[in-house]
Amino acid sequence: MEFSPDLRTQHLLHLADNALILGQRLSEWCGHGPVLEQDIAIINTALDQIGQARMLYQHAGKGMNPALDEDQLAFFRTENQFLNFTMLELPNGDWAQTLVRQFFFDTYNYLQYERLTESSDPALRAIAGKALKEIGYHAQFSAEWVIRMGDGTEESHKRAQDAVDRLWPYTGEFFESDGFSAEAAVRRAAPLPSDLQPHWEEKVDAVLVEAGLKKPVLQWFQTGGRKGQHTEHMGYILAELQFLPRLHPEAQW
Amino acid sequence: MNSGLTERVLAVLETVSDPEIPVLSVIDLGIIRSVSVSEADHSIHIDLSPTYSGCPAMDTIEADIRSALTSAGFGSIHVRTVLEPAWTTDWMSESGKRKLEAYGIAPPEKRSGDKRALFGKAPEVRCPLCKSTRTTRLSAFGSTPCKALYRCDECLEPFDAFKCI
Repeated sequence: MEFSPDLRTQHLLHLADNALILGQRLSEWCGHGPVLEQDIAIINTALDQIGQARMLYQHAGKGMNPALDEDQLAFFRTENQFLNFTMLELPNGDWAQTLVRQFFFDTYNYLQYERLTESSDPALRAIAGKALKEIGYHAQFSAEWVIRMGDGTEESHKRAQDAVDRLWPYTGEFFESDGFSAEAAVRRAAPLPSDLQPHWEEKVDAVLVEAGLKKPVLQWFQTGGRKGQHTEHMGYILAELQFLPRLHPEAQW
Repeated sequence: MNSGLTERVLAVLETVSDPEIPVLSVIDLGIIRSVSVSEADHSIHIDLSPTYSGCPAMDTIEADIRSALTSAGFGSIHVRTVLEPAWTTDWMSESGKRKLEAYGIAPPEKRSGDKRALFGKAPEVRCPLCKSTRTTRLSAFGSTPCKALYRCDECLEPFDAFKCI
């Protein structure tokens, strides 16, 4: 569809897309978790993410002209119209890769939403107040797992370190500035992403040290998600997410 | 404000239960934030606060509220979802907590979600069956978004506990 949202809408879509794409990815664990309790845990996390995405899409869509609903935003945009971080669209890999990704993102998301509870946008502030409680719970869970795997067996340590090394290049995107995040910061609707970096590094460093995991030394970071440029995995995730509503656009449950 | 009518609405809401935890009414759960009945046309306005943003029971709860009030003879029912302030388990009624424990679910602690989120320790949870506090958290998440899974180390029964948020 024709789609050229303003900066304010882009910012809300970025938040919503992060929640939706991660929720969609995590839901692939349903029925495949290493044990029942962890299967339930990761699916609960997916459910929270999708719930947050719905509230954010509703808010974004209401402010558009013409107004769009949550389904139109989730199911009828194309790949380059999604503004999520590329890390969140990567395949789940093993349990270590899923939980290390979750830990990196949860920690960022917690710090971000903590600031969004002071947003100048009242609806966003309300959504953030609700979401922050859930994100705090996720962040505690994923940090515990990183420590458990890093400080666990030789095999779990190796897998956790592999996951850290593999995912680290995707963390740079969290702190990039672009048109919509700069505009949101000027409006005092959201923090400037780069302001979150020292706090994120402090938390992440502490957990990696406790887990006995090495922080990669890296000069180059992945980029593109905020501009709608994605990895080769994004098309497949949208194909699975969107095919049914696109095939039957007026379908009712 | 017509207080007699408001009380009748509240009495109906006491009969609407959480579909996942049928011993709790929506009043016990603390998700009804306000009820008002218009003096002019007797239309009812209810503010509802979701427990979890993705909780699939919320749509059912809203439908159940409409259907209970319609059956009780009320018309023109407006249910609005309010996010702020965010729902907390502190809003659960004391009688709701007692009903939960009798049903086999450990009720939430008084103190709700706090800043220990990133590195918090789990609170002490009492086994709803034998009342021992020697319990172990098996999973931070449970059968619905609002619960976690525990085991009693005294009577060895597994049980659900309400998450504190």
